[in-house]
Amino acid sequence: MEQTVRKVRIGNYDDLPVSLGKAVVVEDKEIAVFRLSNGNIKAIENKCPHRGGVLSEGMVSGEHVFCPLHDWKINVSDGLVQAPDDGCVQTYKTTIEDNQVYVEVPEK
Amino acid sequence: MEKKKLVLIGNGMAGIRTIEEILKLLPDQFDITVFGKEPYPNYNRIQLSKVLQGDTEIKDITLNEWQWYEDNGILLYPGETVTKIDKDNQMLYTDKGKETPYDHLIIATGSNPFMLPLPGADKEGVTAFRDIEDCEKMIDASKNYKRAAVIGGGLLGLEAARGLLNLGMEVDVIHLADYLMERQLDRAAGELLQKELASQGMNFYLEKQTAEITGKKRVTGLKFKDGGAIPADLVVMAVGIKPNVALAQESGVEVNKGIVVNDHMETNVPNIYAVGECAEHDQMVYGLVAPLYEQGQALAKHISGMNHQGYQGSVLSTQLKVSGVDVFSTGLINETAETKSIKVFDEWQNTYKKILVQDDKLTGAVLFGDTKEGTKLLSLIKKGANVEEYLESQQGADNGESIVTSMSDDEIICGCNGVSKGAIVNSIKADGLSSVEEVKGATNASRSCGTCKNLVSELLTDTLGDEYEADTKESVCACTDLTRDEVVAEIKEKGLTHTKEVMNVLEWKTEEGCSKCKPALNYYLGMVYPKEHEDERESRFVNERLHANIQKDGTYSVVPRMYGGVTNASDLRTIADVAEKYEVGMIKLTGGQRIDLLGVKKEDLPDVWKDLGMPSGYAYGKSVRTVKTCVGAEFCRFGTQDSTGMGIQLEKKFEGLNTPHKVKMGVSACPRNCAEGGVKDVGVVGLDGVWEVYVGGNGGTELRQAELLVKVKSEEEVLEYTAAFLQYYRENASYLERTSHYVERVGVEHVQEIVNDDQLRKELNERMDQALGTYKEPWNEVLESETTLKDLYEKVATK
Repeated sequence: MEQTVRKVRIGNYDDLPVSLGKAVVVEDKEIAVFRLSNGNIKAIENKCPHRGGVLSEGMVSGEHVFCPLHDWKINVSDGLVQAPDDGCVQTYKTTIEDNQVYVEVPEK
Repeated sequence: MEKKKLVLIGNGMAGIRTIEEILKLLPDQFDITVFGKEPYPNYNRIQLSKVLQGDTEIKDITLNEWQWYEDNGILLYPGETVTKIDKDNQMLYTDKGKETPYDHLIIATGSNPFMLPLPGADKEGVTAFRDIEDCEKMIDASKNYKRAAVIGGGLLGLEAARGLLNLGMEVDVIHLADYLMERQLDRAAGELLQKELASQGMNFYLEKQTAEITGKKRVTGLKFKDGGAIPADLVVMAVGIKPNVALAQESGVEVNKGIVVNDHMETNVPNIYAVGECAEHDQMVYGLVAPLYEQGQALAKHISGMNHQGYQGSVLSTQLKVSGVDVFSTGLINETAETKSIKVFDEWQNTYKKILVQDDKLTGAVLFGDTKEGTKLLSLIKKGANVEEYLESQQGADNGESIVTSMSDDEIICGCNGVSKGAIVNSIKADGLSSVEEVKGATNASRSCGTCKNLVSELLTDTLGDEYEADTKESVCACTDLTRDEVVAEIKEKGLTHTKEVMNVLEWKTEEGCSKCKPALNYYLGMVYPKEHEDERESRFVNERLHANIQKDGTYSVVPRMYGGVTNASDLRTIADVAEKYEVGMIKLTGGQRIDLLGVKKEDLPDVWKDLGMPSGYAYGKSVRTVKTCVGAEFCRFGTQDSTGMGIQLEKKFEGLNTPHKVKMGVSACPRNCAEGGVKDVGVVGLDGVWEVYVGGNGGTELRQAELLVKVKSEEEVLEYTAAFLQYYRENASYLERTSHYVERVGVEHVQEIVNDDQLRKELNERMDQALGTYKEPWNEVLESETTLKDLYEKVATK
């Protein structure tokens, strides 16, 4: 069965701080949205698979975010935890239209 | 050809070392079986006292893991005792009914603790100090009982006593002789030792002979022969050991004090050998590790059919393993009409050295307080060196030359394992070793008691020179090969101003660094250019970016500034109101005398700060944190100085200062040091008319006592010297290096030289003032900036 998605507007592109994350609440879940230094917007589940750390508060380097609790390194594009730890987080597709940022979440 | 059957009775240090040596010489030649009474793999019995003292754990003193036995095809029967040897049919019988034939049999049954046959010695609470079980028994007793009596003031007794002190017990040491360790020390050293141990809390009964252990089921005390008595709920007998020879004796092997062996460790029965504490060679029975290992080597060569001269007896040396006390003894130490001695007693440093000379040859030595020379003296005495040779090497040492440089290749570095300087140097060169750990792995040096580690390290420096330094240099992180010093030098030279610029220009391997180098570079830039550098919030760890401390559930803690730990009713009322209004999860007093409001939601942080109306307490940063103070002269009847006033001044001056790692301070008004300055980064102690400033203490991960930096007269000077110290630390330490590591690394003498130089101190203070001049109270700064509030503290809600 094809999964249908819903596009949720989260705000102005320019309002997102550069090289930082932002916590966004969509329905019952929290998503971490990052505006990377190369201009791309990435969105992942805002919960580290290790101990549930708030990833939107992590330090961002290139395509990676470091969890603020125990420094796990997670790729914000594919959601994969980097060695020596392992695991993954849910990723969400993002789009920018008319300077507005949208996150695609599965329709309930 | 069928393999020969080699059986070892006794799974301890001497026996297993022999097997290791045999495996080295002739791997795959024997079918090896080991029987061991204890249910553990071979462990380092010498380190048991460290386990008892809490410095290490049982799992860390294992020498050969189970895996080792498996890897080498050794059949191990732990917890199984051999009960009979049939020497005519070359068969063994065990308590579990096993029959095992042998071609070669090594007896390494060690020794048993000597238990005085006193009335009451069988009561509960009486133990020896020999194996893991005894150790566990003492640790258990310490949980329920208070008073321990150790019978025996020798090496083992004192190590046990120190361990029991660490376990929180009151400890009496009962000793027959009139000074401690009389077999290894002379009276002078013995008395120095007693003084030191008494100051650690041990209580001594010298020239006392125990007559009876009293109590009903469990011990309650000791009675002495002269009529005295003391209470005790734990009695440790540490009066000596006797070789465990019962099995050998019953089986018809010749036994005197120990199992009698020749130079090849052969007993009088063909194909039966003995090594270790159970063996008697040339009428000597040894109870220390080095001779046992030498015996093991000799036996291994013999069993492997190699031609060699055999075991020639050992020169003994002992070292007391009690933290804070350094004692070393080797060779003959009692003065006679034929001996002359070199004695140095330094009452100031509390060190004592005696070297005995007979016919111009060194015959023995006793060291107290400073035992660095021990290994060197042992090897000189072993080879029967002339006193001149020692004195010449002394001159080298005085010139700052490493003690290992003047050693010849055959001199022993590791006494326990008999590893010579030559062997280590060859291994360093041939195997390309570059660390103490690698040397340990390749040569066994420093594997047993560990006291020769610094000699091994010096040998590495000596052999590899700059290369060793190069290998030990630490890069900032995996993103670069440059060290902290190199990066800082480049920042200054090239005028770099932003972390990304540093990474680009210095060719970082990653595009945007990592969570290690980003905050480090941000700190270095701010340190080098306090005025110009614009702090990068994206290079800050969350706590420093948000000025609150993240908790495991994603909430934050708020600690308002409370200078010197002094507060007032109105502030307390405000704090209470805020806590209620925002329903904080917990209100807690911190170790730094502050009030911590835990469980605050991120979105509430700005409002909490606004309602508090107090400055940030900086409980989250790599920065000056708190200045803890004692009550001081204003109220305390012992106080000699205004410690709260001094603490408040220090905290107001340095608040918010970025430092390589957190900096905690304490100010006390008398030597009782209630503010615990001895374990602070900066500890100030007020005495009558004098302030002492201590630095480099740590009460955390690695306990370290702060060292005296300077004594000054006025409060202004306390501020001035503290500023100079902190600025010097800021400019030279690596990011995330605490003052304790930093001071340990460079030495307090070095820091003293710097801050005592009037010109340098003045310049450091100027640069400190520049750094402090840029301070802005962060909570207020956030409240005044719409952008920051929006960027960092707002959560986006969607529809």
